[in-house]
Amino acid sequence: MALFEFSEVKFKDLLDLPALAIEKERITTLVGPSGSGKTTILKLLNKMLSPTGGRIMFNGADLGRVNPVVHRRQVAMLSQSPVIFEGTIRDNLQIGLKFQEKDLPDDTVLLEILERVKLLKPLDSAAQTLSGGEKQRLALGRVLLLDAAVYLLDEPSAALDDQTEELIIEMINAHVRAAKKSLVMVTHSKAIAEEYSDTIIKIINGGRRWQEA
Amino acid sequence: MNGIIDLSVLQVALAYIFVLITLAIVRIRGIRREKELIISSIRMTLQLILAGYALVYIFDYPSPLITAAIVLLMEAFAIYTIFSKFKAKLSSPLKRVIAFSMTLGTLSCLLYFLLVVVRITPWYSPQYFIPLAGMVVGNSMTGIALGVKSLLEGMTTQRALVEEALILGATPQAAAKSIINNTFDAAILPTINSMVGMGIVFLPGMMTGQILSGVAPTTAIAYQIAIMLGILGAVALTVIIMLQLGYRTFFNKEAQLNP
Repeated sequence: MALFEFSEVKFKDLLDLPALAIEKERITTLVGPSGSGKTTILKLLNKMLSPTGGRIMFNGADLGRVNPVVHRRQVAMLSQSPVIFEGTIRDNLQIGLKFQEKDLPDDTVLLEILERVKLLKPLDSAAQTLSGGEKQRLALGRVLLLDAAVYLLDEPSAALDDQTEELIIEMINAHVRAAKKSLVMVTHSKAIAEEYSDTIIKIINGGRRWQEA
Repeated sequence: MNGIIDLSVLQVALAYIFVLITLAIVRIRGIRREKELIISSIRMTLQLILAGYALVYIFDYPSPLITAAIVLLMEAFAIYTIFSKFKAKLSSPLKRVIAFSMTLGTLSCLLYFLLVVVRITPWYSPQYFIPLAGMVVGNSMTGIALGVKSLLEGMTTQRALVEEALILGATPQAAAKSIINNTFDAAILPTINSMVGMGIVFLPGMMTGQILSGVAPTTAIAYQIAIMLGILGAVALTVIIMLQLGYRTFFNKEAQLNP
């Protein structure tokens, strides 16, 4: 059974996907020109958007009938330009767990996450003063802490330099493989897509043309 | 002091000198407000004369139907005032929430105040019902208007934060929690401030009126304390009902933000 299965999915006039399957415990990357609907697909996958036509199945269940909040707790998404909340780095790491009414981990766990996302800053420093790339890694750390079964990452390395980008993607790849998670990632980088993906899906013109590589 | 000095028509007319003074000021300064000043003075005079005669009739022939009709008219006017203040910014579901919370919040506080605290007889006594309804409805209207303004602003300026919270798996209630709390605070603050200044910075209208009409200041104060608490309760209740139902109108049933 596929993790996600699209049939005749439409979203306004932005997306028209007759069929698409995303497999469980695999790394799937979505590539394609900007404006082709990649971000729309991710938002459909975690129910921040609902299709205006057709149906998406998640683990064999109709996504239209699934509780959206429960679903988002299993399918964690990192948006392309994530919002950083007021407060410290610690506050921002914990806020997702607070929203999900989960127990808060102690500082050693938080520091370990910071190390994994290569953000070596004290937990008490103000989050708003971080650079764009640092904010993106903080938001990635926040999402990884949620320990969801499925990760949806929208350009997780867009604001990073080449060297950090490689370290971060390598870390995500290792984590997803070791913990048997599923990952759907949007990326602009052909090299990343080819090196790490099990499946590459190229979306062109709102999905009216798409191909599996 | 027994009774009150009756004002003759001539005495009232002498008070219009204050309008003439204000008119002279705006004319000399070249501020274009003469027309509004004259119209509002005339409107105020006519409205109060009509209200006075209406109250004389209502007090002479008390009836539960008339009392209820007047209170409902006040509610309708207050709700209409809030709607017209925000015009197109209010969605229809939010309008329904405002009307519902105004009516439920003010009526429950008003009935508790009149029937349990003051214990008026008959229960519809217009002499108590109408002025106290005016104060409770008027203050709640101000509270709701402030609350709606703050809620609309919060949901606009903090839209990205609310959306991020939803993405991270928050319920709509958790995502809007800080906006709801800030809004409640903004709406209730003027009432809290007015309690702090009361008796020192100003003597409230109801108390002043009672003292002028010969009621012992201690009795007037007892009423004033009670009504102030009643107003606090009514403002808090109407605003929290509005917020608890109102934040939902910004989300659809898939826990997504409405466009």
